Amino acid sequence: MLTFARWKVLTSFILCLFGLIYAFPNFVSEETLKKVPSWFPHERVNLGLDLQGGSHLLLEVDVKAGLKERLSFTLDSLRKTLRAEKIGYLDLSLDSTGDFITFQLRDQNQAEKINAIIKKMDPELEVILEGKICKITFTNASIAERQRSIVDQSIEIVRRRIDELGTKEPSIQRQGDDRILIQIPGLSDPGRVKNLLGKTAKMTFRLLHDEHPYASNLEDVAPPSTEILPSDDVRQDGRKIFYVVRKENLLGGESLVDAGVNFDEYHRPQVSFRFDNLGAKKFGDITSQNIHRQLAIVLDGKVISAPTIQTPITGGNGVIMGKFTVQEANDLALLMRAGALVAPLVVLEERTVGPDLGADSIASGRYATMLSVVMVAVFMLVAYSLFGFFANIAMLFNLILTVAILSLIGATLTLPGIAGIALTMGMAVDANVLINERIKEELRHGRKMLSAIDVGYRQAMNTILDSNLTTLIGAAALFLFGTGPVKGFGITLAIGILISMFTATTLTRVFVTYWVNWSKPTKLPI
Amino acid sequence: MRGLQLIPYDTNINFVGIRRYIYCVSLAIILICGWNLAFKGLNYGIDFKGGFLLEVRTKDKADIASMRTQLETLKLGEVKLQEFGSDRDIMIRIEKQPGGEQAQAIALQKIKEKLGNDLEYRRVETVGGKVSSDLVENGLWALGFALIGMLLYIWVRFEWHFGLCGILALAHDVVVVLGFYSLTGHEFKETAFIAILTTIGYSINDSVVIYDRIRDNLRKYKKMPVEQLINQSTNETLSRTIITVATTVISLLALYLFGGSEISSFSLPILVGIVFGSYSSIFVSANLLLFFDIRKTAKEKEAIA
Repeated sequence: MLTFARWKVLTSFILCLFGLIYAFPNFVSEETLKKVPSWFPHERVNLGLDLQGGSHLLLEVDVKAGLKERLSFTLDSLRKTLRAEKIGYLDLSLDSTGDFITFQLRDQNQAEKINAIIKKMDPELEVILEGKICKITFTNASIAERQRSIVDQSIEIVRRRIDELGTKEPSIQRQGDDRILIQIPGLSDPGRVKNLLGKTAKMTFRLLHDEHPYASNLEDVAPPSTEILPSDDVRQDGRKIFYVVRKENLLGGESLVDAGVNFDEYHRPQVSFRFDNLGAKKFGDITSQNIHRQLAIVLDGKVISAPTIQTPITGGNGVIMGKFTVQEANDLALLMRAGALVAPLVVLEERTVGPDLGADSIASGRYATMLSVVMVAVFMLVAYSLFGFFANIAMLFNLILTVAILSLIGATLTLPGIAGIALTMGMAVDANVLINERIKEELRHGRKMLSAIDVGYRQAMNTILDSNLTTLIGAAALFLFGTGPVKGFGITLAIGILISMFTATTLTRVFVTYWVNWSKPTKLPI
Repeated sequence: MRGLQLIPYDTNINFVGIRRYIYCVSLAIILICGWNLAFKGLNYGIDFKGGFLLEVRTKDKADIASMRTQLETLKLGEVKLQEFGSDRDIMIRIEKQPGGEQAQAIALQKIKEKLGNDLEYRRVETVGGKVSSDLVENGLWALGFALIGMLLYIWVRFEWHFGLCGILALAHDVVVVLGFYSLTGHEFKETAFIAILTTIGYSINDSVVIYDRIRDNLRKYKKMPVEQLINQSTNETLSRTIITVATTVISLLALYLFGGSEISSFSLPILVGIVFGSYSSIFVSANLLLFFDIRKTAKEKEAIA
């Protein structure tokens, strides 16, 4: 008579039942699952993008450009401040690296004053004086802080833009210091997303130069405090129109509260927009003071429309009529609603898997796993007969419990992850091999049958623990340092190994104990 | 009914006696692999060197020659086309374009325009150069973590000699897997880390089982010469080692033959790695212990306890 603690038997039974219940939703169709009562678990394994199809974009926030942009804002206000304080300066400009604002003082005696002025303007600025040359930059502490905030804001804007697209369950995550990982299931052409994210969408309302509103190319000489900007508009003779736009920014996109697409009487798409209260008042002032002048709407350094102001617009609503396709109008409205990026984004990596390939991958992965289980099972039967059969039942429960735990913890199953499951099945029976070999050895050494089983299980436990824990270290390394698919492999391998330490030992022992007590064999079929 | 005795229980191979030959064989393998790695290097995939990878399926039998000439008119450098799976499935590889991330986006658009809309894009990947250095760094971290973690674990549970010898055998396995990639020109992708770490995770498992038996026998046979003891331990565990290799190889064969192109691509190196990993566990890791006086430290430990 073999004995085995009652509570261990009970726990094993409960664990197996738990596995069956939680794995169940993965083995039935969607329709069947709907009929299952709501108290029953409905969670399925999360599939990675490589299995369900979709797009993966890795973006880098150009933090340096973002910092340069902020410094150029500072440059504008510094120019005004210096004038107001009557401080003479020469060559006020942004250093070519974009790290400094530099200028030369006319009177070196005013150097002391500069320090005070700058500190008052922005305490995070730092002044480096080299004789008459003044260099202004952000303090080191504030640069780190600003970089973080630039990335945070970028993620926020990216999220808003992607959410506007209405794709199902997009995931947007920060990766490392300055990267954003976007995963959009089911998207088979990321062209539009890339297009939308590639735009900073910095919008400004600026007047055109009164006497010379047009130029023939970008290289023309611009009148003072204006610049020449391109557009999609063409003259009657087919040549492109370039606008001469004043540098002064009357109103910015940050004052917008809403934008949408509608159609004019000729069914051409146009973008309508609405300002917040302050913006509406400003826009009313601008339009009433500049009747019959041309107001350019500039997006990322390009004029999208330059209508002549006919009447004052005081309600805060406006429309942009340009040469849009419906898609372009929709995208423009989306960008206006979502707001401007504080720094440009660069696409580092783009991976798209079509839905058919994903389905094919699941099919072949499932087939290979099943085949692996069946072939290992046959081998174990040949090698250990009934004890091999016990090991096979345990292996089946290992598979079920792995699926159950993956569903429960919401881990993502990737294509290599499927391979991890199949491979674990081959490795999981190792514990049974160890136990069975040990039992055989004890029998050869003349031990009685029941005692051989007992000693075999006990002696093998140490080895199983040591050998599995070292393998687990390898799986943990993949999980901790791998990304995406590789991480998925680490997860399934680790879960499978951990479960095998229960199924292959405790569970098979329950089987063996009950079988021995029931059939009272004289010789072990091993 | 009884199971088959696959390895006779009275097997007695003199592993220790042939250890000088084994060291020569291992040294030769390491030299061949090292030589190839040094002078031929690895065939890096786009994960590492950047570039484009497209998997397309055509409606009818694909005309690779005309696709190639079409793509070559774009002058994007080396264009590799390869049929895989069926005659409608084509894998296209194009190298990274000079001039930043924007250049990649433009090139991809051109490629898609050239190929047209008549085919199904099953997989489209573009990788810029910046990601790859992180990948190598992460891979080395993972490898370092695993090796040091295993070393410490064995040190704590056994002796430091065991840890050191086990890790040396693992280094042997890593060189073999990398050497396989180099020798065959098998594409070295991100999943290669799966191959390397699974191989060492498996191989250390084998070594630990043998070490475990050596530890037991050291306590059991206090007078037995160490050479004989190591030999006996390796022989006693041989049946288990072979059967576990067999079940794992069966799983890997199923994955290699039927798992689809992606899974196959990293199953093959694991297959090679696991076979060599078992070799290193049976023939190398236990024999290396002979360089140390394991009997003495075992006695010291017992005296303290």
